[in-house]
Amino acid sequence: MSKVTNILLAGVGGQGILLASEVLAEVLMLAGHDVKKNEIHGMSQRGGSVTSHVRYGEQVFSPIIPDGEVDILFGFELLETCRYMPLLRGDGRIIANDLRIMPPAVATGKQDYPAGLEQVLTSAAEAVIIPGLELAQQAGNVRTVNTVLLGALSNMMDIDAELWRKALEKMVPPRFIEENLAAFALGRDWRN
Amino acid sequence: MSKEILSGNEAIARGAFESGVKLAVAYPGTPSTEIVENASRYREIDSSWAPNEKVALEVAIGACLGGARSLVAMKHVGVNVAADPLFTMSYTGVRAGLVLAVADDPELHSSQNEQDSRHYARAAKMPMFDIADSQEALEFTRLAYTLSEQFDTPVFVRTTTRIAHSKSIVEPGQPCSDAPQPSLKRDAAKFVMLPSNARRRHDVVEKNLQRLAQWACSQPFNRVEDNDGDVGVITAGVAYQYAREVLPEAAVLKLGLVYPLPVELVRDFARRYKTIYVIEELEPFIEEQVRALGIEVVGKDKLPICGELTPGRVKAALCDEQFTPAHNCAIDLPNRPPNMCPGCPHRGVFYTLKKLKAFVTGDIGCYTLGFMPPLSAMDSCICMGASVGNASGLNRVLPEQEKQQVVGVIGDSTFLHTGINGLMDMVYTNATATLVILDNHITAMTGRQENPGSGFDIHGQPSRKVDLEQLCRSVGVKHVRNVNPWDLAEVYRVIKEEMERPEPSVVITRGPCILIKRDVGQRKTPLQVSADKCSGCRACLNIGCPAIEWHPEAGERGQAVVSQLLCVGCGICEQLCKFDAFELVSKGGNNE
Repeated sequence: MSKVTNILLAGVGGQGILLASEVLAEVLMLAGHDVKKNEIHGMSQRGGSVTSHVRYGEQVFSPIIPDGEVDILFGFELLETCRYMPLLRGDGRIIANDLRIMPPAVATGKQDYPAGLEQVLTSAAEAVIIPGLELAQQAGNVRTVNTVLLGALSNMMDIDAELWRKALEKMVPPRFIEENLAAFALGRDWRN
Repeated sequence: MSKEILSGNEAIARGAFESGVKLAVAYPGTPSTEIVENASRYREIDSSWAPNEKVALEVAIGACLGGARSLVAMKHVGVNVAADPLFTMSYTGVRAGLVLAVADDPELHSSQNEQDSRHYARAAKMPMFDIADSQEALEFTRLAYTLSEQFDTPVFVRTTTRIAHSKSIVEPGQPCSDAPQPSLKRDAAKFVMLPSNARRRHDVVEKNLQRLAQWACSQPFNRVEDNDGDVGVITAGVAYQYAREVLPEAAVLKLGLVYPLPVELVRDFARRYKTIYVIEELEPFIEEQVRALGIEVVGKDKLPICGELTPGRVKAALCDEQFTPAHNCAIDLPNRPPNMCPGCPHRGVFYTLKKLKAFVTGDIGCYTLGFMPPLSAMDSCICMGASVGNASGLNRVLPEQEKQQVVGVIGDSTFLHTGINGLMDMVYTNATATLVILDNHITAMTGRQENPGSGFDIHGQPSRKVDLEQLCRSVGVKHVRNVNPWDLAEVYRVIKEEMERPEPSVVITRGPCILIKRDVGQRKTPLQVSADKCSGCRACLNIGCPAIEWHPEAGERGQAVVSQLLCVGCGICEQLCKFDAFELVSKGGNNE
C-alpha cells in the first residue's frame, strides 16, 4: 500500500476550518490524488474545539487519520494546535496561526490562557508559526486568514501553484478572489 | 461526467436525483440533515421539511401510493418517531421505490443515544444497505430504488457520522430515464392494512426476505476480497475502511447489504479462512447472525460496543497494539466545550431560570447547551418533545410546595415536532407546570432549517406560518404570554408570574436566532466596557457569553473586555451591570 499523507486541521468552531479543508481537498483531487476528508458537524461547532481530517494518496481507506500518523498539524489557533500534538507523527510538521481565542474557562477568569505555547510547538517539531491576521490585513480583508494559512501550508506540499489558483477560483466567490489570491501569496512567501 | 468531491449526504441526494426521485422529505437531524437539503437543490425533486419524522415518512408513503419514487431521511433517533408507519409499510410494499436514508451517530457527536439502526431493518423486515464511502452512497441509493421495486419493499440506506460528513471522490452518473410515472391507482388488498389484508402481506414479506437473502449472495454489492493469509474479516460500512487500514493482509467479505444476511456467501467465506473477525461499529448485529450459523468468530469479545470505531481502536483490540504518542504537550490545556453564540436569544432565558431556581425539563436543540456552566439551568433532557410531558408528570407527583418550580423548556421547531401533544396532555390533566417555548423562528442546531413556524419553505420562499400563540390557546392553555428574550427584567417578571400561577401556562420568548441571515438587522453595534466604570465584580461573566473576556491583569481586581469581533450588541450584559460599565462603541474608536 502506497503512502497516504495526513493533514489535521484544528481550531475553534466559527473560524472557517471547514471551508479551508474544502479548498485543500479540491486541490488534492485536481492534483490527481485519492482524497478523503472528515469532520464533525452539529453541537461541537458552537464555539467548541473543531478538527478536520484530510488524507490523500493513491488509495485512502479510513476517513479518520490513525493516531500518531498526522504528517502536518495545521492549526488555526495556538491552544487547539497544541491539543492535537499527540496525534502527530514523530517526524511530523506543524503550521500554526499565531492567534489566541479564549476558551470559556479562561474568558470567565477560572483558568489562564497557557503561556509559552509557541515554544511547546517549535521545540517539538519543525514548526512554522505565522501571523495570519496581520497578513490577511495586508491582503486587504481580515477574513482571508484561512487563505493566508493555506498559502503557508502549500510550501509543505508538492502541488503546482497553478492548481492552488484553480481550487481557490472554484471555491471562493468571484468578488473575493483577488484578495484571496493575494492572501495566499503572502502566506506562501512568508518566512519565520 | 467529471469527478466531484461529495459528502455521503450529498452523494445520497445525487443518487436520489439520478434515480428519478420525485419527492424528498425529512425532519433535520445531525448527521442526516444535508441529504434533503441537497435534494432540494435539484429542481426535479419536490423537497420539503416535515414537522417530524413520522410525518416525513407518511408523506413519502403518499408519494409511493401515487407511484412516484420518494426519499425520506432522518437520524437514528428519528426512526423511533417514524417507527409506527415504518413497521406497517414494510407489509404494504411499494408502487414505486421508497428509500429511507438513516444516519447513525456512533460516539454521540450530536445525539442523545447511540442506538444502532440496523436493528430496525430486522425488526421492520426491511432490507438495509450500509454505506462505506460517498461513491457507495450514490451507487447504493440507486440500487436501493431498483431493489425496492424488484422486491416490493421499502429499503433502508444507512450511514454513520463518519460517512455522512466525510467527503470523498465520486463519479456521478446519468439520471435514469425509466423511473415510474405517478398516477392514481387503487390497490386496497396491498395498501389497506386491515387484519385480513395484513395477514396475507406478512406472509409475502417473509417469503420476499428469503428470496432476497438468496439473491444477495450473488450480487456485487456483497463482495469478497480474497487474500493468502489465515484471517478473514466480515465487515460493512465505515468499519470496512478501518479493517482495510489496520489489517491490509486479511481477506475481507464486505457486506453492502447488511440485512438480510447473504447466508451462503458468509458460510462459503468462513470455510476458507481459519480465523474470522467480524468488525462492525456499535452492536454485534452481523456477529450474532454469523454465530447463529455455527461459525466461530472474534468480534465484540474484543471490539468495543460503546463509541465509534477508529483505526486506533481496531488496532488496539485486534492487534494488541496500544498507541503511544511521539509528542506530548506538557502544559495543561483548558477545554473548549461548545457554547451558545454571542447574542443568542436563549442565554438570558436560562440565566433567569437559574435565578428563579426552576427545575427545568429540557429538550433537544441548541438550547440544550443551557445545561453547560455557567448557565447550568437544565435538569433533564430525554428526546424530542419530552420536556412537556416530563414537566406534566413531574408537576403532578410533587408536593404542593415544589410543584410550581417545574418549567419545561422547548424550541419552536421541537415544539411543533412532538411537543404539542405533550401540551394537550398538560392542559387535559391540569398539570400546573409552565412551558417556555424558545421561539427563534428556525431549526437552529442542525444548521438553520426552516420549519412550519418559521414562515419560509425549504427554498427560503415565504410560506404559511403556524401561529404558536394561537396554537397553544386552541389546545386550551388560558395563559399564553409573549416576551422579548433580550429584556431580562421582562423575562424574569413574566416567567415568575407564570411559574407561580397554579394552572398550565405557556411563555413564548420571541427572538430570531442570531445567525439567521434574513434577520441580519438584529446584529447591532458592539458594546464595550468602560475601564473607568468596570469594578471587576464579574456579574457579567455569569451569562457565559463568548464575547466577554476576563482580563485578570486589568484594573484593581481584573476587568471584563468585550471582543469587538464577536459582540453583536444584544445588551444582556449591559442589563446585568450595576455600574453601567457597558456602553456603545463610539464611532472611530474601540477598546481593543
